Amino acid sequence: MTEPVTRHGEPPSAERHALYQELHASADFHDLRKRYRSFAIPWTVAFLAWYLLYVVCSNWATGFMSTDLVGNINVALVFGLLQFLSTFVIAWMYSRHANKQLDPIAARLDETYIRESGNQEGVR
Amino acid sequence: MSATTTIRLAAGSDNQALTASLFIAVVILTVGITFWASRQNHSTADYYAAGRSFTGPQNGLAVAGDYMSAASFLGISGAIALSGYDGFLYSIGFLVAWLVALLLVAELLRNSGRFTMADQLAYRMRQTPVRTAAATSTVVVSIFYLLAQMVGAGALVTLLLGVTSEGAKNWVIVGVGLLMIFYVTVGGMKGTTWVQIVKAVLLMAGTILITFLVLLHFHFNISEMLGSAVEKTGKPNFLDPGLKYGVSTTSKIDFVSLSLALVLGTAGLPHILIRFYTVPTAKTARTSVLWAIGLIGFFYLMTLVLGFGAAALLNTGPDSAVAKSTGNLASPLLAEEVGGGAGSFGGAVLLAFIAAVAFATILAVVAGLTLTSASSVAHDIYANVIKKGKATEKQEINVARGAAFGIGFIAIMLAIPAQKLNIAFLVALAFAVAASANLPSLIMNLFWRRFNTRGAVWSIYGGLISSVGLVVFSPVVSGKVNPVTGESASLFGLGTDFHWFPLDNPGIVSIPIGFLLGYLGTITSRDTTSEDRFDELEVRALTGAGSEKAIVH
Repeated sequence: MTEPVTRHGEPPSAERHALYQELHASADFHDLRKRYRSFAIPWTVAFLAWYLLYVVCSNWATGFMSTDLVGNINVALVFGLLQFLSTFVIAWMYSRHANKQLDPIAARLDETYIRESGNQEGVR
Repeated sequence: MSATTTIRLAAGSDNQALTASLFIAVVILTVGITFWASRQNHSTADYYAAGRSFTGPQNGLAVAGDYMSAASFLGISGAIALSGYDGFLYSIGFLVAWLVALLLVAELLRNSGRFTMADQLAYRMRQTPVRTAAATSTVVVSIFYLLAQMVGAGALVTLLLGVTSEGAKNWVIVGVGLLMIFYVTVGGMKGTTWVQIVKAVLLMAGTILITFLVLLHFHFNISEMLGSAVEKTGKPNFLDPGLKYGVSTTSKIDFVSLSLALVLGTAGLPHILIRFYTVPTAKTARTSVLWAIGLIGFFYLMTLVLGFGAAALLNTGPDSAVAKSTGNLASPLLAEEVGGGAGSFGGAVLLAFIAAVAFATILAVVAGLTLTSASSVAHDIYANVIKKGKATEKQEINVARGAAFGIGFIAIMLAIPAQKLNIAFLVALAFAVAASANLPSLIMNLFWRRFNTRGAVWSIYGGLISSVGLVVFSPVVSGKVNPVTGESASLFGLGTDFHWFPLDNPGIVSIPIGFLLGYLGTITSRDTTSEDRFDELEVRALTGAGSEKAIVH
């Protein structure tokens, strides 16, 4: 039913290993990995830095954070709500990036894998 | 809990009867779902991963349900009600953390693993050591989380049903434990997920209703609500950061440490990670995280209203019911208040409803945690370490069911003495352990070719031992004195003091240790076999080629 690779950690058949190597060496895969990493890594650094800035300000810039903006709504509350907003926006941007830039290439490589590894592999 | 609180809550026996019948309705509903779902549990993929047949939105609701535990629902609104703005800081860390899961973990894990967190490491490492290490940390993290929920259940149920004796509290914990064993052994992942989905819908509905009533009370003017909160609490700094964590440099560093654990812990929580195996593709895993982010974000925005609303409308002074429950009763009591106040019919109905929702939350989350631990014991330890992959699916499922009994039993035994511990602390500790022991090896495995078995094992055990060990020698366990009452604020009483680590939260030290040991273990080992399969793992993680497919019944 399921393939033994993940189950027992046995080395895969030589052909399958060769097939993965072939896909790994393809221009499509290099492109896919580059597109994935060029989004995921800088944005991870960015949102972590933005979050840590917020943590540091909450600790050591209390005067600034306590400034009232409108009525009783102060900088701290708005800064906190901006963290919510940035989370929603980055999640949405990633989803758009993945749908447009990653999924088509990944699907193409997966099809190649299914075709070349034989039917029992793809249908299972 | 004080006698006055109990008397106030248990004012009318009608209210108690109403609460009790809603609790029973929750139990009947979840038991019914479990029986219904149990009909399709044939293979291991059914039992552990619900046949990988859930849709993105369904799994998103279940993920959000797993995450919006009693600590989130009761804890965060309570923390805001008592500590003002500093309570809000928790929810921000909890939410931003989802970006780590979305960008770096969810899809790659879905493609490269099968049933447990360890699968992804075992893909290119030596099976026995990495599976043993990952299963150990899975069980430890889940048990800390489990204890928090069961202690919460004990406190909530006994309080709302007006039960005060220690014996009765213990029986409630035993009852919750037996129910969770039932859900997991009978319903498997499918039953557990449907219980989670139903609970998430109930919880969102209940929270939306109370939030709406609170906002209505303040004429939809947030500034007015915040102003009333300052006025009612008599704390001029209530809306500013620092009320709780700004006391000293140590408490500020403690807060940084907590923040790191919150933001890096989510993507290492085993019960969240295995949810990504219940969907058919990486794309649906992504959709589930997006739904979860939307639901959780919206939910935390509402807890902001609930927390400040409770501060503005309820008595939160040192002797109040809210303060004595360390904030955990803020939401239920707020529901009673906006429903018409104590003694009114509307108040009684809303109080009973919110309490029943909180109870459903606890039942669903404990079931998810027990299933996670049982899966890891059966799949990682029994099937792969002990039987070296030679176990049949039937044997594996039977062991998983047996493990659910064992873990349930251990959780009941530990939860009874753990009732003295603070719920939020137990959850924060689970996050710290997850961020220190699990996340470093997951990330290094996916992004660093050289990473090998010794690196993974050192990283997991190093993160696990340092995070738990630092807590043992922290003020949480011994040596903290409450400055107001002069009583011990630690697990041990006055006179026992063996703490040398100054912070409550170990993350700031133990997370770097997890990464550092992963690096050192790797470079000191000559083992390069794991590099051979890195290309394969990369292709599979990014494209889904050869990944586990859905089961068609």
